[in-house]
Amino acid sequence: MPAPEKCRFAKSHEWAYLDGGKVAVGISDHAQNEITDVVFVELPKPGRRVKAGEACAVVESVKAAFDIYAPVSGEIAAVNADAAKDPSLVNQSPHDKGWLFAVAPADPKELDALMDYARYQEFLKSAAH
Amino acid sequence: MTATAELRRTALYNVQKEMGAKLVDFHGWELPIQFSSILKEHQAVRTACGFFDVSHMGQIWAEGRDAADFLQRLNSNDIRRIGPGKAIYSHLLNERGGVVDDVIVSCLGPGRYMTVVNAATTGKDWAWFQKHARGREIRLENMSDFYGMLAVQGPLARRIVSELVPGCVKLPRFGVLETELFGRQAIVQRTGYTGEDGFEIMVPNEVCVRLWEELISRGRSYGAVPCGLGARDTLRLEAGYLLYGQDVDDEHSPFEAGYDWVVKLDKPDFIGKQALERQKREGLRRRLTGVKLSEKGVPRAGGAVYADGRKAGELCSATFSPTLGTGIGVGYLDRTDLAPGRSVEVEIHGRRAAAETASVPFYKRPVAAD
Repeated sequence: MPAPEKCRFAKSHEWAYLDGGKVAVGISDHAQNEITDVVFVELPKPGRRVKAGEACAVVESVKAAFDIYAPVSGEIAAVNADAAKDPSLVNQSPHDKGWLFAVAPADPKELDALMDYARYQEFLKSAAH
Repeated sequence: MTATAELRRTALYNVQKEMGAKLVDFHGWELPIQFSSILKEHQAVRTACGFFDVSHMGQIWAEGRDAADFLQRLNSNDIRRIGPGKAIYSHLLNERGGVVDDVIVSCLGPGRYMTVVNAATTGKDWAWFQKHARGREIRLENMSDFYGMLAVQGPLARRIVSELVPGCVKLPRFGVLETELFGRQAIVQRTGYTGEDGFEIMVPNEVCVRLWEELISRGRSYGAVPCGLGARDTLRLEAGYLLYGQDVDDEHSPFEAGYDWVVKLDKPDFIGKQALERQKREGLRRRLTGVKLSEKGVPRAGGAVYADGRKAGELCSATFSPTLGTGIGVGYLDRTDLAPGRSVEVEIHGRRAAAETASVPFYKRPVAAD
């Protein structure tokens, strides 16, 4: 999986990375650090059609449940069964072993609407997030 | 953003912030919810030891010739059962049999008692004590702002605390020792809220940081870690302890909460006794019931519980149980006929998950070696 610096980010703290025609999705290191102690991951069914901004997965920590939104529209092409089996991967390795699902994007240009790494860092610093 | 300027802080606030604690607003107090991870802290308490700052809790002293009679009237449990050096868990009841607070009453000497009360209810309890003390030979003192309080919990707590208070090893469960630490008064009780062996230590605020730092440094070689409210909540729920204001309150009785054992109807009159006798005669319409998920997911407080397809109540406390590796919760169900192991459904994040009723506590510690 890619270095965080190469990913795009949604305001809802998902990262997205286009590779081989599919967009891999996970949650950012900042998000996993805020959520902490992930104990349950509910992933979408492969083949499901999703719209950008649609809730399609759930990450549950001891503290609370968090909806994960599709960063781009398309069809769920793959899910990370390892993360479902061992949810702590999301904390340990949010950008690599803890990825959640991949979308076959309807329009890869939708990625351009997301923040790049530098802008996401600024977004985190701003009090508004 | 919360108005943090208005939140109260314990003597350990700065030290804990420096340690990297994540702080939250807990009933008007700014307290750590976690230091490293709720799961890791939980595990440390079950297998080694954890330290909790519980300085937000209150202490109300009652001294004088009438102190025992006074407390006997305010408490559902039998205060005459404890003598100097012993503590007892009890409920303060209102006239309707509802719970004003759940407390630990400690006897420090003849006619000398300390009641440890919940943080959010300290003011209410203090007013309740004062109201009922009128005309009695008793001196009440609210010492809540004077004492800091640390809980040292886990199978290795005994070894760590004994380095500072050698006498603690001789304390039985619910034993109380008044001693000195750093030249100041210290009260050490073998009590806790985690389901493990452990101690709660009260010292004047001025030496609280010193006690905390001594414990942290001595505990390191034992694998002991500082813990926050997050682990405190998962630990207490596994152990079947009530969280006042969430699981029990002025509108719920100890019978409804399944805490029959703290009510001694055979002792002389106490506030709430008549209401509870009536409740016992007429039977309960709701009862705090444990549920355990049969599938993956984490139940949350407020989630509906369905029995035979009908909503029977809502969860008042629920979480992921790190020890059981499954979702657990308790809620008042109007189906008082459900035995443990009955299939029910619990609403989780917009879906209904399979669950079953479970006996509480969900976790019992292995029998201690000592």
